[in-house]
Amino acid sequence: MNDSILKTLTVSFTVCLFCSLVVSFAAVSLRDAQNLNKLNDQRIKILKTAAIYDPAESIESQFTRLTPKFVDFSNGLLLDEFEGLDLVTYDPVYFSKQAGFSSPIPPKLDIAVVKNKENIGKIYLLKDEESQLEKIILPIRGYGLWGTLYGYIAIDKDLNTIRGLEFYEHKETPGLGAEVDNPKWKALWDGKKIYKDGEIEIAVIKGKVDQTNKMADYQVDGLSGATLTSRGVTNMLAFWFSESGYRETLNKINYDS
Amino acid sequence: MLEHYLSIFITTVFIENIALSVFLGMCTFIAISKKIDAAFGLGVAVIAVCLITVPLNNFIFNTILKDGALAWAGLPDVNLQFVGLISYIGVIAAAVQILEMFLDRFVPALYNALGVFLPLITVNCAILGATLFMVEKDLKFGESVVYGLGAGVGWAMAIVVLAGIREKLKYSDIPDGLQGLGVTFLIVGLMSFGFMSFGGISL
Amino acid sequence: MTVKKYKEVLTKPLLEENPITLQILGICSALAVTSNLSVTLVMCVALTSVVSFSNLFISLIRNYIPSSVRIIVQMTIIASLVIVVDELLKAYDYETSKKLSVFVGLIITNCIVMGRAEAFAMKEKPFISFIDGLGNGLGYSVILIAVAIVRELFGSGTLMGYEILPLVSNGGWYPANNLLLLPPSSFILIGLMIWGIRSYKSDQVEVNEFKLSKHATAPDLTKSELNA
Repeated sequence: MNDSILKTLTVSFTVCLFCSLVVSFAAVSLRDAQNLNKLNDQRIKILKTAAIYDPAESIESQFTRLTPKFVDFSNGLLLDEFEGLDLVTYDPVYFSKQAGFSSPIPPKLDIAVVKNKENIGKIYLLKDEESQLEKIILPIRGYGLWGTLYGYIAIDKDLNTIRGLEFYEHKETPGLGAEVDNPKWKALWDGKKIYKDGEIEIAVIKGKVDQTNKMADYQVDGLSGATLTSRGVTNMLAFWFSESGYRETLNKINYDS
Repeated sequence: MLEHYLSIFITTVFIENIALSVFLGMCTFIAISKKIDAAFGLGVAVIAVCLITVPLNNFIFNTILKDGALAWAGLPDVNLQFVGLISYIGVIAAAVQILEMFLDRFVPALYNALGVFLPLITVNCAILGATLFMVEKDLKFGESVVYGLGAGVGWAMAIVVLAGIREKLKYSDIPDGLQGLGVTFLIVGLMSFGFMSFGGISL
Repeated sequence: MTVKKYKEVLTKPLLEENPITLQILGICSALAVTSNLSVTLVMCVALTSVVSFSNLFISLIRNYIPSSVRIIVQMTIIASLVIVVDELLKAYDYETSKKLSVFVGLIITNCIVMGRAEAFAMKEKPFISFIDGLGNGLGYSVILIAVAIVRELFGSGTLMGYEILPLVSNGGWYPANNLLLLPPSSFILIGLMIWGIRSYKSDQVEVNEFKLSKHATAPDLTKSELNA
């Protein structure tokens, strides 16, 4: 009785119809909330890196202090517009995987195993109440032990002092490489310097930094038991602050932009 | 180019082994690993199904479901990604059914050898998992073929190794409470710790 | 249906017929997500709701499903429920949904859901099917929560994010057992749990296919004498 073709088709059709209605209704009605979550997720990370995140305030209002800018890696210029890309929603990591919007990095220069670099990057300028530049937040990424670490680094307006480092996505070993998320380790980066006499000197060393050493300002304590992750962080910074990364952009920044 | 594909293959088979690093397909993994021939048969079936379904689902994802994928049909604003789960499992169920019929008609020896395993594979989380990871990594078509092959081979390799160990264990004096299921869990735990030693290899 | 029968259906899967430790179902997701108790709780709630409601709906239409499309109809219902749960998570608990990533989708192939649909919901009335789903979901949750508590407490010194054992890396005294933070440790923990459960309920013990017998030329010693 149940196995006639008509019955089979009717039951299948009804089940499909009912399920699709329920599923579509759920997806469409929840879509706005989901998109907002995704956007805020990124924003919270940037706010934390800039050290201005306040969970009590609305993300929207806190984020107004941050001005996004496009970075043209070919000439280091900061732009407000670029060929139809939307500045607010532009995701450099996504575009680094799209042909036509990215270029492969020559293996000799690819010390952080980033593989493809987006042609147009995106940075954030933190301005104070008088619209004076306070900090710049730069997206960085590089390979650690198990995969790529994605994060943001905040530098001071002197364009050489680090003010914050946050990784929002990584696959490092919990308790070892994943200690990049440990607030105590993250706090070590505040005040460290990147360039010395034009060379990139910032590095995560093995063991604890000797404070009497004259290079102490350019060194951060290593993560115990996580050599490869630590090396990955050092290489990542060396890459993104070199000519392949933001160096030209930083050189060209003047206080009016 | 070849390097890139080889790198994906090696990563999927060893570093991100779908059975021992992400623990997918465990139910059948533990249930069928008592004998090496059974394990091998199931492994081959998994490789075949993964190799067919991952690229197929990749094609469907890129042409129909992705955000903006329907631009070729004049509907660039449509995002059907939420229907993904049903469509992937539907494709897997259909692919397994068709593979079964194909084998029954053209390669009956293999069909008889695989026997009951084929229908069992439809609910094997490893197959659906391979597709879901492929979507998450947003692979291109060629990459997804290599990924499907790697996922299947990795899973097959893991289950055959486990079967080998369990066959040797038949003659061991194991405490009653651990007999069978318990000691298998301990072994799989140790095997996956072992596989963690592949971490840090980047090609 | 007596209240006693309902109670039985609800509580049997907790220990006697636990889906994970006896029926070997639903293990996949049990392992990767248990390093964190709050994520595990969300997973348990997700699975329990899917299995109870899928049992309910499948049982409601059980007399009308043609046998040729039985499996695929069950799958469609299960998949739709999972999609709804996934969408709800992405909207209301984004952090957790990122940590769970593909594992919510994998509830579709979670053998517990399909297993109960075939074994129970296709034959029994809707309300008791719902209770059976609830019971199996709870049985699964019990194991997962136990593993998660051990892993989070002894691995990171916290429970639900609250610090209980201060870690050495945070200036405390407890040297964290980092092995427990790695996914394979859940296998070891479940293996030990099975040992415990089977020592307590010896009827679940699997009999070895091969009986060890004395060596052909060994002297006539008992096992304890042999080991002395």
